[in-house]
Amino acid sequence: MSIFSGGRQRREPSKIPYYVILMILALFALGPFVILVFNSLKSKAEIGRNPLGLPRSPVFENFPAAWTQGDFSTTMVNSTILTVGTIVGVCIIAGTSAYAMARLDLPGTDAVLLYLFVVSAVPFQLFLIPLFFLWSTLQLTNTRFGLIVIYWAIFSPLATLLLRSYLVQLPRDFEDAARIDGANELQVLLRVVLPLSWPGLLTVALVAGLATWNEFFFALTFIQDNNLKPVTTSFLAFQTSFSQDWGLTSVAAIYIMLPIVVLFLILQRRFISGLTAGGLKG
Amino acid sequence: MEADRSTLEDGRGPAKYAGRRGLRRRRLLTAWLFMVPLLAINVLVILGPSVATIYYSLTEWAGIGPAEFVGLQNYRDLLVDGDFWMAMWHNVIWTVLFLTVPIFMGLLGAFLLSQIKRFQMFFRIVYFVPYVVASVVNAALWQNILDPTRGIGSALASIGIPFLDGVSFFGSERLALPSVAFVNIWAWWGFVLLLFLTALQSVDHELYEAARMDGAGRWQQFLNVTLPGIRPTFVFVVLWSIINSLLVFDYVYIITRGGPAGASEVVGTLLWKQAFERFEAGYAAAMALSLSFVSGLVVLIFIFLRRRGWEV
Repeated sequence: MSIFSGGRQRREPSKIPYYVILMILALFALGPFVILVFNSLKSKAEIGRNPLGLPRSPVFENFPAAWTQGDFSTTMVNSTILTVGTIVGVCIIAGTSAYAMARLDLPGTDAVLLYLFVVSAVPFQLFLIPLFFLWSTLQLTNTRFGLIVIYWAIFSPLATLLLRSYLVQLPRDFEDAARIDGANELQVLLRVVLPLSWPGLLTVALVAGLATWNEFFFALTFIQDNNLKPVTTSFLAFQTSFSQDWGLTSVAAIYIMLPIVVLFLILQRRFISGLTAGGLKG
Repeated sequence: MEADRSTLEDGRGPAKYAGRRGLRRRRLLTAWLFMVPLLAINVLVILGPSVATIYYSLTEWAGIGPAEFVGLQNYRDLLVDGDFWMAMWHNVIWTVLFLTVPIFMGLLGAFLLSQIKRFQMFFRIVYFVPYVVASVVNAALWQNILDPTRGIGSALASIGIPFLDGVSFFGSERLALPSVAFVNIWAWWGFVLLLFLTALQSVDHELYEAARMDGAGRWQQFLNVTLPGIRPTFVFVVLWSIINSLLVFDYVYIITRGGPAGASEVVGTLLWKQAFERFEAGYAAAMALSLSFVSGLVVLIFIFLRRRGWEV
């Protein structure tokens, strides 16, 4: 373990070995994505000759072809509806309940908190099967709304815990002032608390939005209709029928990850803190 | 708290007391009203069906039509079901892999990152990218790279390193499970790294100073200051890795569907097929309940250790 030795010497040890190992790890993390971009620019013939290397004669024909053959004009809309619907619902559900616990002195807050902790650790498998047949009876399978309701249920416990811990640390002075001026609880919530709590809500929206966009398990189980599938499960079918055409599947993969990666690069600090905090509370 | 409030109210006299109580009741009602969406949806989607799983696990049920009560028959069948125990064993292997490789890589990466200043943010972002990309995309990346005829094996062969040529990582019974686990680990370890890095950066710097004064080397500092300092995060990562390994579904289903010949089948994929492809929903419910029981047991052990003053 040469990296750990040298500490006993007077001189500050060189950091170059650190950077070398960190670069190797970075290559490991990013290498597959680099190959993905390379392959998206290759024609079918070039993929056969040169499956992993730099494209020698880059072509862009895969980009429109994958969009139409992967039916992205439908699935992108589906994924967007699912994601926006989930974000809006989770923010409302988690926002009101977090407010009730942090500000309205809800009796039994401790019991509710414990319940939310337990629920956010419940395996999906525990409730999946009866839920599926309940949803069939209610004719909510093969509907985007039915899937959104499930996402509300599975993402809101953690979102509530996150938002509550955010609200608890906000000062109460403004709310008390508004109440003295005669505002009711709804007005206090909308006019005073909401404008102050947007950073917490943004974090919750990002975490729930990311999870929904990438979600696979429930989308696979609850949506079989090709016209309603989100990008994830639709990609799986696409990949099966074009398994030999890496150019096309690479472009399709890029379409799926591009919105997330761009958003992540813009808001990475908030993403990372939200996901690690959410994780630590789960 | 309660005592404070009652003396306060007593001090206000009977007239004000009634008004305040009305106000309090209205506030209480508002508070519960605000909880209704969360609790209603939770009961509908999670609590209700979870309880129903207990009942259906005691029945023979195809998913449609009436369920026939059969007592503990499903559990008796489960005890002698070779497929189930094979899948459980695969979950154990998966757990062992997840408790070693990503934790080692995460600790190493986090430690190195905590020692540098330049490019720290760059590396953090890079390591985190696979974690935010959809599982279907990550799976597709590695299915291409590990392809037996056009993947890394044949590329290495063409530069004179032939030992991986033609190896079918996801298609061979021996390699399928560890290969799928590898892809999932690749997507997961960066997240572990960031959890460890956050923990490392909150360790008190004066402790390192003190250790250095006592003549501790780098390695001794790591053992005696760093590891105890990040213990809560470490235990949490261990717990989470175990639970994720027990419940794994996505990567196995996407890459191999549990194949070839059940070689990478885990309980998560097995019970899913049992319910939705073989229409044995009652039996699948028994599997689901057993799986949840094991993962609940892991959480209980964790809580028990915490109660015993482990500060985890």
